[in-house]
Amino acid sequence: MIYENLPDARGHFGLYGGRFVAETLMLPLQQLEQAYNALKNDAAFRAELDRDLALYVGRPSPLYPAERLTRKWGGAQVFLKREDLNHTGAHKINNTVGQALLAKHLGKTRIIAETGAGQHGVASATIAARLGLKCVVYMGAEDVQRQSPNVYRMKLLGAEVVPVHSGTKTLKDAMNEALRDWVTNVDDTFYVIGTVAGPHPYPMLVRDFNSVVGREVVTQSQEMLGCQPDALVACVGGGSNAIGLFYPFIGNDAVKMYGVEAGGDGIETGRHAAPLSAGHPGVLHGNRTYIMADANGQISATHSISAGLDYPGVGPEHAWLKDIGRVTYVSVTDDEALAAFHELTRVEGIIPALEPAHALAYAKKLAPQMQREQILVVNLSGRGDKDIFTIAKREGTELM
Amino acid sequence: MKRIETVFAALKARGRKALIPYITAGDPHPDHTVGLMHALVAGGADIIELGVPFSDPMADGPTIQLACERALVHGTSLWQVVDMVAEFRRSDARTPVVLMGYLNPIEARGLEAFAAYAQKAGVDGVLIVDVSVEEAPEIAPRLRAHGLDCIFLLAPTSSAARIGAIAHEASGYLYYVSLKGVTGAATLDVASVAAKLDQIRAQTALPVAVGFGIRDAASAAQVARIADGVVVGSALVAQIQKHQNEPQKLPDLLTRQLGEMRAAIDFATSPVMTR
Ligand SMILES: Cc1ncc(COP(=O)(O)O)c(C=O)c1O
Repeated sequence: MIYENLPDARGHFGLYGGRFVAETLMLPLQQLEQAYNALKNDAAFRAELDRDLALYVGRPSPLYPAERLTRKWGGAQVFLKREDLNHTGAHKINNTVGQALLAKHLGKTRIIAETGAGQHGVASATIAARLGLKCVVYMGAEDVQRQSPNVYRMKLLGAEVVPVHSGTKTLKDAMNEALRDWVTNVDDTFYVIGTVAGPHPYPMLVRDFNSVVGREVVTQSQEMLGCQPDALVACVGGGSNAIGLFYPFIGNDAVKMYGVEAGGDGIETGRHAAPLSAGHPGVLHGNRTYIMADANGQISATHSISAGLDYPGVGPEHAWLKDIGRVTYVSVTDDEALAAFHELTRVEGIIPALEPAHALAYAKKLAPQMQREQILVVNLSGRGDKDIFTIAKREGTELM
Repeated sequence: MKRIETVFAALKARGRKALIPYITAGDPHPDHTVGLMHALVAGGADIIELGVPFSDPMADGPTIQLACERALVHGTSLWQVVDMVAEFRRSDARTPVVLMGYLNPIEARGLEAFAAYAQKAGVDGVLIVDVSVEEAPEIAPRLRAHGLDCIFLLAPTSSAARIGAIAHEASGYLYYVSLKGVTGAATLDVASVAAKLDQIRAQTALPVAVGFGIRDAASAAQVARIADGVVVGSALVAQIQKHQNEPQKLPDLLTRQLGEMRAAIDFATSPVMTR
């Protein structure tokens, strides 16, 4: 099948995406789009970005054959794309490095970001420190409590962390607050959105910056295996690590793709964060996509053990990929993710973040259904250091 | 002629400016909203903007965010808000009512169903904050088909080209956001507002109301000298917040607060003062 090159000129992926924001933000969004379109093919900009990705982030990240896991699970050969080995410990830095370079080229002196688990906040604070930009991170008051080590990390890096007390006091509210800041400070401020959500051009540019992940997998598979993978699996919060892995493969129909959402206590309980699996189309944070909302259109509170997946929306490109059937979206529960967390830790000596533990939990179901010569790539989007306190608490382990 | 058009035409004939108060429906409780709307009319409202509460009001400052939360605690829904307008209409056939809110609660109920229901209730216009002119072609015509005016925002960041496109899509009036920021922000720069209004008027004959940053009689009067209408929201909503536990006092308080602005506006724009 031939896939259109999306988004279209208005930022739409089929029915989804677009620019649903108050008028004040339309000009800065247009300026950002123009600047990005001009710079993305600019050789000097690309060279600067590639240099940062190599020398600061530590790319390329390995494509690691998880041999013990493969033997244990049976079926397909499992490979892990090691985004956990990046500087700051997750794929998020691929995007913040890119957006910060854009900010610099636009002459902005202040960057703002929203964060849930704190990974994107840390990645933003990190790049701000390196470029000498002022950085303000909005974080739901609940998440500030849950993720105190990352709050401290951001402060060490010189960022101001602003707890957000409105609404459900989580990621979606942090994003509202960041948008309000941006509307107020459009002249000197660049909003670094942490996932493929928000108004156009964000879903496009965050995808592009994260696609380095999938491009490396294309090259690494060819070099190591002489072929391309048969299946890709990634967790989906807003969807940036997933689209980063999937995007270069979309035109290759032989490659099956699975996006794994947070099933929380189980889809049937209603306590989850799985808009593609159990939500419906709506408008949130500047784009049309699948969301979780009640019958009156009020956005629902979400639930996931993983703060990074605890979001009621999802990137509009995923909504489109779901509708056209190119990617299969599934969910796994908190308990399944937790079991996968422990399994990878013990079997491969790799402590994954709780977000990619969701991808692993699904891969464990998928691998045995595949042939032994087939290749299954899981995006290990981040490392689990940030989550050990959450896990200890849930399992009743006293630390210190 | 439609109600909004009639109001602006009548005001213009008398050399007056429109006073447009905003309150959030359902705040502090759905039972009070219709009474507060009548109180606003008693205080001199020409048009009422009635906020439809939303869980994620990204263009609003803390005052209106909290108003939305108070309204949503009582489950205030879009259909209830429209019903409030129907009830208001039983004793006020004249004052236009504009519903102001975000797209998702409307789409959740279906755009067509909403438009038909709102028309029947006597709603006059709709301002959907997060519908940009780019996204409007799929939305505005379906509202207009039910006789609803589509009010759009203009901002300090709107280019000449955008102003033209927005004016083309809009009817009733245009709402100029006086500052870069959210509702309830403090700073109002009258000179820059005046300059932008000149630029807007060069492109459209629609009346232009100005809102954001108007908090008292003095700022209302300043804006009334240069705009066709003055929108005041957070200042009224802050009053509601302050007296949320003694709602019986609110009608008089709002009538008085708005009445002061009415007097200041009329004085500032009376023929003697503008000569
Ligand atoms: C390690 C990791 N993976 C995944 C996510 C989810 O985000 P996305 O779906 O945009 O990749 C996060 C978000 O914080 C994260 O920290």
